[in-house]
Amino acid sequence: MFWRNYDYKLTLGVFFLLSLLVLALLSFFSPYDPVKWLQVQRDLPPSWPHILGTNSKGQDVFWEATFAIRNSLIIALIAASVSRIIALVVGFVAGHKGGTVDRMAMSLTDGILVLPLIMMLVLVASIMKGKLELWGLGILLAFFGWPWDARTIRAQVLSLRERDFTKTSILSGKGTLAIVFGEYFPHITPLLFSTVLNNMTWSISSEITLAVLGLNRLEVPTLGTMLYWAIRRQALLLGYWWWVFTPVALTIILLIGLYFVSIGLCESGNLTLSRK
Amino acid sequence: MMKFLKEYLVPRLIQYFFVVFLGLTLVFFVPRLLPQDPIREIVGQFQQHGAGLDAKTVETMVATFRELFGLSGSWHEQYWSFWKRIIRFDFGPSFFRFPTPVSELLLRFLPWTLWIMLTSTFLAWLLGNIIGGIAGYFPGRRWSRLLDVFSVAVRPIPYYTFGLILLIFFAYTWRLFPLGGGVSVGRSITFSVASLIDILRHSFLPMLTLLVLNGVGWYHQMKLLVQNVKGEDFVRYAKAGGVKPWWVISQYVLRNAMLPQVTGLALAIGQSYSAAIIVEIVFSYPGVGTLLYEAIARADYNLIMGIAAVSILTVSTLVLIVDLIYPLLDPRVRYR
Repeated sequence: MFWRNYDYKLTLGVFFLLSLLVLALLSFFSPYDPVKWLQVQRDLPPSWPHILGTNSKGQDVFWEATFAIRNSLIIALIAASVSRIIALVVGFVAGHKGGTVDRMAMSLTDGILVLPLIMMLVLVASIMKGKLELWGLGILLAFFGWPWDARTIRAQVLSLRERDFTKTSILSGKGTLAIVFGEYFPHITPLLFSTVLNNMTWSISSEITLAVLGLNRLEVPTLGTMLYWAIRRQALLLGYWWWVFTPVALTIILLIGLYFVSIGLCESGNLTLSRK
Repeated sequence: MMKFLKEYLVPRLIQYFFVVFLGLTLVFFVPRLLPQDPIREIVGQFQQHGAGLDAKTVETMVATFRELFGLSGSWHEQYWSFWKRIIRFDFGPSFFRFPTPVSELLLRFLPWTLWIMLTSTFLAWLLGNIIGGIAGYFPGRRWSRLLDVFSVAVRPIPYYTFGLILLIFFAYTWRLFPLGGGVSVGRSITFSVASLIDILRHSFLPMLTLLVLNGVGWYHQMKLLVQNVKGEDFVRYAKAGGVKPWWVISQYVLRNAMLPQVTGLALAIGQSYSAAIIVEIVFSYPGVGTLLYEAIARADYNLIMGIAAVSILTVSTLVLIVDLIYPLLDPRVRYR
């Protein structure tokens, strides 16, 4: 029954992500500067030419949203790629070496995992308040975002290590690196992609949290800071629903897209693994 | 019994102290590893917000900072005095509510957070596992597929966003629940039914947010687990031997699939706590999250440090409690 569900999820997910990518790319053709205030008339409901209305800062919500998606995606991509390196190294080393190294690596991983990570992020971000560039935020998120995935990768490596082909390679005298890249990597790839997407989801949610707490550079539009300004300027009480709903809807579409693609990849990954 | 102590209890206690040590050490060192000088940043931010406080108050604050960050003396002296403060539960005074001690504020706000967090975490775990288990046992049914669609669509939504959606619909649009707070304005907490209902009404939406988003995660994991357990011999024999389906589900399938989920619960507590903090901010619920929000807005760094330290202590203690409950549920651990 999984295979019946899997197709529509992957297709729908890819469709969501591609549409948002187009929106993000549109930001390069924006007629407005995303940082400047009072460029258009304020608080207009959706109508032509402002198809998603304007906000109390005097910005066009649609064009602001294109920048927000672009920046949120940039943060998520940086966080996901940097944390992938940490997760891969920890996962491979722990899984392949086993023994004491594995136990030490896993108690560190579990130790970080059970901490309330939001407090760590807040601690750093509150000192760097308003100075965190997009890449800085990405690296900060990467620094705390790797443990789950290191665990997942380690579990997979652990099971691959027991397979016949690994034993054959070890006995035929292949080096550790050759085994890691030649034997493990092809099997890990679908899983790796799915952890990238999950990590992007986590990073985007964490960015929203930090923004709502007022810890980002608030003038740079992201999905989080858009929401921050809307809440801060009482868009809900004043009834400017378009200002609140745009970032909310975009966040949901983006995260559901990422999640569906991740499930789809994971299930197709299992499929190829089990056929071999 | 000795074996149980040595193989189960002692490693858990070591892990507990390790996590507390790791977390609090991070709290101590992370601010120092940053390129910004924390003291200068904080005093700068504070002077912007702290107009109206006399110079002497500001001096006291700066002195507390220096001591907390331990910028007087060598770093290991500072680290030592940091731990001594933690053991005495002394985090200095709060700035925006000067001179209230940070520890007193935390004792006032933490119970609210624990109330919504513990209740919703436990309910989410229980309901998510039971519903997920039953859905995993009957994967083809229509209601089980509907649940799948719902859970898959809800699962990736961030806590803040989901809470905001509930707030917009149930508090702003339909006015079924209050917009925020822990109790109605001007009402004091008494031991009466009216007071209890008031508290429940205020905590309903934050709890619902946590319950749904956490529960959906348990639902998924349990469903996968049950699909594996279902294929095992003892379940097949039970069915073949004519054991009633509900008895098979509850006593054979769920009980066995639940155990790994207890370990999962221990690992998820940190996330539940973070989630509770975020959700409180949406509903301006008077817990640690709202306190943190104010602390950040007023650049009250003493309070931020205190909240971070107490959060780490709380979460790791809760994890330890779950780990200690586990042997009560799994006889294999007790009689090894």
